[in-house]
Amino acid sequence: MTDPRQNQAKSEISFTVNDEPRKVRAYPMERLLDVLRHQLELTGAKEGCGEGECGSCAVLMDGTLVNSCLIPVLQAAGTSIVTIEGLAAGEQLHDLQKAFLECGGAQCGICTPGMILAACHLLNGKSNPTLAEIQEGLSGNLCRCTGYSQILEAVREAARRRRSA
Amino acid sequence: MNREHIIGKSVPRKEGRDKVTGKSQYVDDMVLPNMFFGATVRSQIPRGHIRKITFGPGVAWEELVIVSAKDIPGKNCIALIGDDQPCLATDVVNHPEEPILLLAHPDRHLLAKVVEAVSIEYDPLPGIFTMEESERLAQIIWGQDNIFKTYMIEKGDVDSIWAKADYIVEGEYSTGAQEQLYIENNGMIAAFDAAQGITVWGSLQCPYYIHKALMALCNLPAEKVRVVQMETGGAFGGKEEYPSMIAAHAALLAMKAGRPVKIIYDRLEDMAATTKRHPSRTRHRTAVSRDGKILGGEIDFTIDGGAYLTLSPVVLSRGAIHAGGPYYWPSVRIRAKAVATNTPPHGAFRGFGAPQSLFAMERHMDRIAHTIGISPVEIRRRNFLQPGQATTTEQVVREPINLGELLDRALQLSEYHSKHLRFNGENQSGDVRKGMGIAAFLHGAGFTGSGERYLSSVVGAEGCADGNVRVLVSSTEFGQGTKTVLSQIAAEALNLPYENVSMAQPDTLEVPNSGPTVASRTVMVVGKLVQSAALGIAQTLVSSGLLHEGYSRDEFRIACQQHVATHGQFRCWSRYEAPSGIFWDDEKYRGEAYAAFAWAVYVAEVTIDLTTYSVSVDDFVALQEVGKVLHPVLARGQIIGGVAQGIGFSLYEKVIWQNGRMLNGQMTNYIMPTSSDLPPIRVFFEELGNVHGAYGAKGIGELPMDGPAPAIVNAVEDALGVRFDSVPLLPEDIMDGLNSVRLSASSPQNKPSSVGGAR
Repeated sequence: MTDPRQNQAKSEISFTVNDEPRKVRAYPMERLLDVLRHQLELTGAKEGCGEGECGSCAVLMDGTLVNSCLIPVLQAAGTSIVTIEGLAAGEQLHDLQKAFLECGGAQCGICTPGMILAACHLLNGKSNPTLAEIQEGLSGNLCRCTGYSQILEAVREAARRRRSA
Repeated sequence: MNREHIIGKSVPRKEGRDKVTGKSQYVDDMVLPNMFFGATVRSQIPRGHIRKITFGPGVAWEELVIVSAKDIPGKNCIALIGDDQPCLATDVVNHPEEPILLLAHPDRHLLAKVVEAVSIEYDPLPGIFTMEESERLAQIIWGQDNIFKTYMIEKGDVDSIWAKADYIVEGEYSTGAQEQLYIENNGMIAAFDAAQGITVWGSLQCPYYIHKALMALCNLPAEKVRVVQMETGGAFGGKEEYPSMIAAHAALLAMKAGRPVKIIYDRLEDMAATTKRHPSRTRHRTAVSRDGKILGGEIDFTIDGGAYLTLSPVVLSRGAIHAGGPYYWPSVRIRAKAVATNTPPHGAFRGFGAPQSLFAMERHMDRIAHTIGISPVEIRRRNFLQPGQATTTEQVVREPINLGELLDRALQLSEYHSKHLRFNGENQSGDVRKGMGIAAFLHGAGFTGSGERYLSSVVGAEGCADGNVRVLVSSTEFGQGTKTVLSQIAAEALNLPYENVSMAQPDTLEVPNSGPTVASRTVMVVGKLVQSAALGIAQTLVSSGLLHEGYSRDEFRIACQQHVATHGQFRCWSRYEAPSGIFWDDEKYRGEAYAAFAWAVYVAEVTIDLTTYSVSVDDFVALQEVGKVLHPVLARGQIIGGVAQGIGFSLYEKVIWQNGRMLNGQMTNYIMPTSSDLPPIRVFFEELGNVHGAYGAKGIGELPMDGPAPAIVNAVEDALGVRFDSVPLLPEDIMDGLNSVRLSASSPQNKPSSVGGAR
């Protein structure tokens, strides 16, 4: 049967995911999102729109926030990727995960992995962001449940705790 | 005994840890061995006869499982209220995107190409795409007259009041379609084997709706159909009825393929093919006295149901009952009508008809105020329902609600008066205009009228072998906090720690039919049943001598363990019984429409940029009486989230239609608010309690959808002095409105239709 990717050969691609070296065989133009979800069984990254609008597939690639539905897996070769599964240290939740839980930052949960990674990216660059900076930092991640307020509060709370720790 | 209360505490969300760690299993995260992927071939035209289906070249069709209506073992319909909607079209299509064929293949990436290789030839028929075309019978597309349903609510003698009126104020208001836009698209997995029958796992609100639809479609008995809810990534009504269609499709493919089949819609398909909020048109004609009292009026409420009946009668009912708002009408006649058009069926969306009719009511209140020369505050204050007075359906307000005080508090919280005064001064010059707008409203909780009696919901509580308690309901979690709050209720009833109560996964094999998760009924109605089923566990333990009243938590655990060890499975059930003294007449649409109403006053502060014509909401006060707040964080989250959707409905979200098809089915061109677009949404509660709800709770989920649109558009009129009577209100609409006022500066706005009545 005609495969739309028949002109490409699968390549071996190596990268680090959540601090573990991983090797996959994939078509170079396959989406990083699909490789993470289907080959590596890291289903925390979600597909909401498939065109980089909603941010629910967001992951960190070499510390930068990317929409994994827009990243050809070849582009991820040699990089270090962090997904939502890589944030908690065993049973110990990441401070943003804790704050999201306590402040009501997660409702249906579908945007939560991408949202937390976006917040992570923001706080890695700014330890004491203003409300406007948090709004701006998360504006690439859509949430239909919360109206964002409790997400913004969670991020502020996590930042506050991190500074006072 | 010193009781530690769980009700009223913001305990951690039951499934929260899995959600923040990415462990939650949504349907697309689930993989079954040998699974195929399914896709849907849909109508490309709005209306016509299917003439010929061709399977094009370049595809190894023998590798595909192909399902048409011929493969349906039972009845070719999606059973809901009516049986008019086919599961797969046979010879006629009635809307764009109507399903015709189903395909399955092991490679999901190939399917999109394969769908394109199916070509369908049609003999097109003319379609109708607006309520007006439907009403004037441009084509008959449904029944004899294109009308799905009508209601009439009549109170007092409206015909006699026009002569007594000092003013008669008329207005027409409309609202557009709105996409629910849950971030998780619809999806379903089905598996079939002859012994067990069909099982579906999916993203859904109402397991037993799907159960009923699959029984009819597959011609299977109840025990051969199993529906399991996976973690569901948002719903808002959008996963109330359409999941039955997707489950039906997955089931048919799985039966034919002999292996599990997963169907996951992409965003474009989800937006184009599934339900949206019903577009509406409301006409008001109101008789008002010189001192601003409503004497009576006529309200005509019409909604566009799309091509099939689906839930339109129920949406219409709620819209009609809410059409009079929180006001006292000495006399009123409400005519409501749902009409057919050749668009995909419109369906459930948070608020369910009420946001539409309340938008009209609350815009009209401002129009009345401007017409007779009193303030929007005063017109509302003078007409609020008081305890002892009856609503439009003659339901007497029995609770001590004081809407005047609610209004005062909202005005104070929003600094309405001082800002209003200041903006009036500042609006004389500069590049921006500012305004304040109010909306007062109510929202009925639970099914309408005799609905809860027909549902006859059942809830179970199970004492488990480890001494903990498990709640058995078909009520689903999709972000609102169902699992958390129902656990709190059971824990409170049994005086157990929250951690000792768990929720069974909604699975029709396991949980009873506690009704659909809709209509703001879960906490109030199902919660009350959870409370009584849980108490049944304690009572059984006490009456069997294993436990004494005033037990400790350890004593409960041991008694429960002993009961299970001796008698095996230990479950108590509770079935809904209508409260006594509740009267509802389905024929006349009169009586106790809802067991409880939540009440609210919202205030919006807006700025309009006169260069870009964009509106920004600068502050939003949401004050409501919702009975007892059982979980402050979740309750606040519901209100903020609802207001945000309401702001989208008002200012951003416009479905662009062309011949019944949505043209902007992407997140790039259908715009919902981002974190940068929303104001601080300040939430305040009053808590009067409610005798019918668990621990005094009323419904809360839909309420916040009703207020933002009228509050915001009222504020825009306040800022600009120009009337806008439709949502969504986009910058281009504001530009057009301002330009047309400039052009016809001589025709004053707010001129009463007639002054002095016929006296």
